[in-house]
Amino acid sequence: MSEASGSVLATKNLVRRFGGLIATNDVTFSLPAGARHALIGPNGAGKTTFVNLLSGVLPPTSGQVFLDGQDVSSWPVFKRARAGLSRTFQINQLFADFTPLETIGLALSEAHSEGAQFWRRAGTSRAVVDEAVAILEQLDLGDVMEHRVGSLPYGKQRLLEIAIAVAPKPKVLLLDEPAAGVPEGEREQILEIVEALPKEMALVLIEHDMDLVFRFAKTISVLVQGALFVEGPASEVARDPRVRQVYLGESEVEHHLDAPTAEKGGAA
Amino acid sequence: MIDTAIHATKGGESRAMAYFAERAKWRWPEFALWIGAFALAFLFPSRALLFNEVAILALFALSLDIVLGYAGIVSLGHGAFFGLGAYVAGLLAKAGAGAGLFSDPTFGLLISGIACAVVGYITSFLVLRGADLTRLMVTLGVALIFAELANRMAWLTGGADGLQGVMPGKILGIFEFDLYGRNAYLYSLTTLFLLFIVARKVINSPFGVSLRAIKGNALRAGAVGINVNRRLNGAYTIGAAYAGVAGALLAQTTAFVSLDVLDFHRSADVMLIVIFGGVGTLYGAIVGAAAFKMLYDLLAAATPQYWQFWLGLILVLLVLFVRGGVMGLVGGLYNRLTGKGGAA
Repeated sequence: MSEASGSVLATKNLVRRFGGLIATNDVTFSLPAGARHALIGPNGAGKTTFVNLLSGVLPPTSGQVFLDGQDVSSWPVFKRARAGLSRTFQINQLFADFTPLETIGLALSEAHSEGAQFWRRAGTSRAVVDEAVAILEQLDLGDVMEHRVGSLPYGKQRLLEIAIAVAPKPKVLLLDEPAAGVPEGEREQILEIVEALPKEMALVLIEHDMDLVFRFAKTISVLVQGALFVEGPASEVARDPRVRQVYLGESEVEHHLDAPTAEKGGAA
Repeated sequence: MIDTAIHATKGGESRAMAYFAERAKWRWPEFALWIGAFALAFLFPSRALLFNEVAILALFALSLDIVLGYAGIVSLGHGAFFGLGAYVAGLLAKAGAGAGLFSDPTFGLLISGIACAVVGYITSFLVLRGADLTRLMVTLGVALIFAELANRMAWLTGGADGLQGVMPGKILGIFEFDLYGRNAYLYSLTTLFLLFIVARKVINSPFGVSLRAIKGNALRAGAVGINVNRRLNGAYTIGAAYAGVAGALLAQTTAFVSLDVLDFHRSADVMLIVIFGGVGTLYGAIVGAAAFKMLYDLLAAATPQYWQFWLGLILVLLVLFVRGGVMGLVGGLYNRLTGKGGAA
């Protein structure tokens, strides 16, 4: 695949229908290694459906998904995860009865292909435990690593949702509204953590908060009614009048546009 | 980045290692339970036959706890493996005629376990195709098929008359099955104990942790790279093998196999026992089996006509008001005694 080579994640003419509704409409998309990409769009634009198609939670109606140039369209979630595609969920998908330590230990065991071992105690793999602790400390979960996940405050659960996706060191990480529901004061921490992720990891951020989007993203895709509407560098997308019209509140964009280009005295 | 984090957190690491070690540690109530169970054979030799039934039931319940409590597969037909194991062991002992390898009880257990593991593995693919309700129907259906097959194949199974001439040899070539059932009980209890240790080890392994993960959240389990169905195939296979060994114990210690081993009530009873004892605790199976059998005996003696009513009432109350069954109660008590917050 010529359009798939050189990109870690790509789609070709991806379509997903729910009955009469087209949630994803002929999306051809490509993500280079190390990307800092944001996927935005108004409510109901099909952002989460698109992420579900990429990660294999949903099968596409037609079209293909490529991971590292390989057609993974028919692969189940676990196989894509093993091939280096990781994701967080908009609504926490955690193991309530586990501790953060067990959770990350589990994710790392799988990443190290030790997850099916049945004749040794879990937690005896030094490499896994050390790495798990390191990740937990890095994501500010060190002090609660032996607590039950279900009883952690929401902000901590949200961090764990990121930690579990980051732990296997994926090539591509899809962050589905990582700051959703997190109180204003704790959003900064999430953004800092996302910004500190390894450079070579390609990141796709689905987010409503334009502050986060414009601080984080180098490139942006705008989805409208399931189709790719505009795509390009963040600054261009912000300046695109069509984008303002369909999606971004004028004032919101104005604000982000004005900041970096203040010397030009604003646009249009 | 990671390196510096590790250096900064030497304390965290050893805390984590200690945490994992602590989790899988044997606790004193566990030792007490097993020592007590073995002591029963010598304290109350006259009740050995009853204890034997409890040990077999406990192993059967343990097998369902692996399937239901850890893999989260709802099965209403687990008796199929119990019955299959019983018939395999019975037929072997019959073929061996009391001497030789085929009548060797340990060999019988092994072959029954393997046979059920094979059948369990094959049927696991059918069971895993659907969600809970489908699984319920498929397991039930498989059990009904087995029961009818045993009924029809009277030339092999003895049909409604039962399998006659089951003659198990001496245990390990030394101990004979006595009339009072003491050796039978010790034999069943030892089997239960050994298989329990194996189950406990497997449950505390990465494989066991991944089963709990799948039960907790299958979507996330897949997203961290767990091949959910393959793990469940494995768990179902282990559960089937354990149930087969339990059935084999019954055939050997009673020297008889009837169609009753495949009856629906066995599948239903064992599910009650697991829920009664506490799902996903391993010990719940043992405590539940003992409590169930004791209640049954007490109630049947006290109110021969209405025992089912009282048994039902107790079950309903327990399930409604005590989360986690008997083990939920025991765990709470243990934590209060030791002042710990951890799970028992």
